[in-house]
Amino acid sequence: MSVDIFLWLVQDGITNGAIYALLALALLLVFSVTRVIFVPQGEFISFAALSLALLQNGQTPGLIFLLMGGGLLAFAMEAWTAYRQGDWRNWPVSVLLYLVWPMGMAGLVMWLAPTKPGLWSQVGLVLGMVVCLGPILYRTAYQPLAKASVLVLFIASMAVHYILTGLGLVFFGGEGLRSEPLSDARFQWGVLNISAQSLLVIAASVLAMLILWLFFDRSLYGKALRATAINRLGARLVGIRTELAGMISFTLAALLGALSGLLIAPITTIYYDTGFLFGLKGFVGAILGGMASYPLAVVGALVLGLLEAGASFAASQFKESLVFSIIIPPLIWLSLRSRHVEQEEEEES
Amino acid sequence: MKKSFALAGITAFLACGAVKADITVGVSLGITGPGASLGVHYRNAYQLMPKTIAGEPVKYIILDDGSDPTNAAKNARKLVSEDKVDVLMGSNGVPSAVQMAQVAAESKIPMIVLTPANLSPQVFPWAVIVPQPTEIMMGAIANELKATGAKNVAYIGFSDTWGDLVYKALDSHAAASGFKITTNERYARADTSVTGQVLKIISTNPDAVVIGGSGTGGALPHVALVERGFKKPIYHNHGTVNAEFIKVGGKAVQGAVAVTGPLIVPEELPDNAPTKAVSLDFTKRYEAAFGAGSRNAFAGYAYDGFLILNAAATEALKKAKPGTPAFHEALRSALENVRNVVGTHGVYNMTPTNHNGVDERARVLVQVEAGSWRLKK
Repeated sequence: MSVDIFLWLVQDGITNGAIYALLALALLLVFSVTRVIFVPQGEFISFAALSLALLQNGQTPGLIFLLMGGGLLAFAMEAWTAYRQGDWRNWPVSVLLYLVWPMGMAGLVMWLAPTKPGLWSQVGLVLGMVVCLGPILYRTAYQPLAKASVLVLFIASMAVHYILTGLGLVFFGGEGLRSEPLSDARFQWGVLNISAQSLLVIAASVLAMLILWLFFDRSLYGKALRATAINRLGARLVGIRTELAGMISFTLAALLGALSGLLIAPITTIYYDTGFLFGLKGFVGAILGGMASYPLAVVGALVLGLLEAGASFAASQFKESLVFSIIIPPLIWLSLRSRHVEQEEEEES
Repeated sequence: MKKSFALAGITAFLACGAVKADITVGVSLGITGPGASLGVHYRNAYQLMPKTIAGEPVKYIILDDGSDPTNAAKNARKLVSEDKVDVLMGSNGVPSAVQMAQVAAESKIPMIVLTPANLSPQVFPWAVIVPQPTEIMMGAIANELKATGAKNVAYIGFSDTWGDLVYKALDSHAAASGFKITTNERYARADTSVTGQVLKIISTNPDAVVIGGSGTGGALPHVALVERGFKKPIYHNHGTVNAEFIKVGGKAVQGAVAVTGPLIVPEELPDNAPTKAVSLDFTKRYEAAFGAGSRNAFAGYAYDGFLILNAAATEALKKAKPGTPAFHEALRSALENVRNVVGTHGVYNMTPTNHNGVDERARVLVQVEAGSWRLKK
C-alpha cells in the first residue's frame, strides 16, 4: 500500500466516520435519556436524503402524508391524555408540535415543491419535515411505554423501524436516488484531491458536535437532559419532566439524522432501506465508545469509518464481517464490567 | 399485500365453484424488501398480460415474498396447496426462485423461473428459465473486451449471489478472450463509499473495469472510478440497464457500456431482428401504462414467461384439463419442448436438456448517450 493510497483511505474513512459519529451521538443521546435503543434512527437519514433528491426533481415527497397522519395521531393521543387528566396546561405546545408544524410543513412543501426552490430552501424544507417526525414518533410510540423495560422499548423500536421502512418504500419507490452536490468544487492537497462535499461533511459534523456540547453544557434544557440521563428518578424529584426530556432528545436525534441524510445524499446512492445500515454502524460506533461517553462514541465512530475504508481496500468481500465483528471485544468487556444491569432495570421499572 | 390477499380470496372462492377449466397461474415476487426495485417492474408486467390462453380464462394470483427466500417458499406452498395453481412463476431474486422451484418439483407443478437461476438436477425437469444465462450475456462483454484488445480487466460486484454469478460468467470467457481478471472486489448496495475498492482497482492498472451490480447500485463504483480519474471503458451487466441508473449516475456514467436484452432498444434494431415487433408492442404498451422511459428488462422477462406459457399451455390443453395432474405433466413436457417462441428478449427454443433456449439473438450492447440507453454502434 503506497502513501497516497493510505491518505485516500484515511480521507474516505474520516468522511464516513463523521457521519457515523453524528448517528452515534444521536443514538447515545436517546438511549441515555429514554433507554430506547433507537433502531429507526437510520430512517431519518433515508427520509431526509430521498426527500432532498425528490425536491430537486420538483416532486413532492410522500413523507408529508406521514407528517400529517402521524401528527393527527399524536395530537389525538395528547388530547385524550389531557382530557382524562383534566390538565390542559400543555395544550398550546401540543397544538403547535402536532398540528401546526406538521400540517404547515406539509402545506409549505406541497406549495413550494413544484417551483423547485433554491438549494437552501430545499435543505430547510427537508429539515422541517424530518425533524418534525422526532416528537411525533416519541409521542405515538415511546411515551406511552416510557416506564417499560429496555427490551420492550427495543421491540417497539423494531416495530417502528419496520413501519417506517415500509412507508419509505411507498413514498420513495424501490430504486435509489442521489441528490446534486451542494458544491462541485475539488481541492488539490498534496496527492489528495478532496471534494468540497466531503469537507462540508466534516465541517458540518464538527459544528453539530460543538453546538451539542454547548447545548449540554450551557443551556438549562441541556442540563435537564443530562440530569435525566444520569438519574431519571432524581431528575423527576427536582422537577424535570421526563416526557419533556424524551421529547427533546428525540427531536435532537431527528435533527442529527436529517443532517446526516442531507450530508450523505450527494455522496452515495440512497435507497429507502439504506438508513438502517448507517444507523447500525452509528450504533457500532456508540458501542465502541462503551455506550456511555459522547467523546468516546465519536472516537469509536471514526475508528469504525477508518476500519471500513481499510477493509474495503484490503478485503472487500469481508468488509461488513470485519466492521461488525469489532463490536464483539467491547461487548465482552462491557458485559464483564457491568454485571448489575438487570437489577438496576428492575428497580427502575 | 392486501390486494393480493383479496385476489387470492376471490380466486379461492371461484375455485370452489364449477369453473375448474381455468388455468391458474401462481406468482410470487419480491414487491417489497431489498429486491423491490426489480419486483415492482415484474408485477407491472402482469397488468398487461392477456386474460385468456387458447380461449381458456387465465387467473393470476400474485403474492409478495418481501425478497425473502423463506417467504417465497411459503408462498409457493400456499399457491400449490390452497390455490391449486397449474403453474408457478417467480421470483425476482435468485435465492427466492430456487426455493420456489424446489416446491414446484416436490408438488409436480411446472414452474417458469424469472431470474437466471442455476437449478439442481432434481428440480430441473420441472422448471424453465426465462432470463438469458449470465454466461451468454457476459459473452458479449468478453467479445467486446477482446475486440478492444483489453488484457487486464478488473472486476467489482455486489457482495451477494449476483456478484458471484457475474464474476463466474466473466471468468468463464476470460481464457478464450485473452484477458486476465485482476481484481474480484465486492461492495454492498447500501455502502457509503467504494473508495477502497476503487483504489485497489486503479492500482492494478486495468484496461477496463466490469461492474457486477444491478439497477442504481451499479452507479456507485462507476461514479467513484470516474471521480478518481479512470478514463478507460467501464462495462455493466444486464441487471443495471434502467433509466434510474442514468439519473443517479448523472454525467459520470455517460459512455457506460452494458449488455442487455434487445427489449431496451427495439426502435434502433434492424427491421429483420426477430424480436423487434414483439418488443416494440410491449414497450409501447408498458410505457403507456407506467410512463415514458419506464421500459426495463425485468417486465420483459415476466412477459416472455407468459408467452412461453401461452405456447406450452395451448399444447397441454389438447391433452388434459387444467387442475389435473395429467395437465401439469402435459404442461411440463410442453414447456421443455416449445419451439420458436418469439419474446421481447429473444427467441426461445427449449429442449429437455436446455431449459432456457435463447441464443446470441437475445443480447445487444447498449451505451449511455445523452442521458439514455442507445444501441452501441
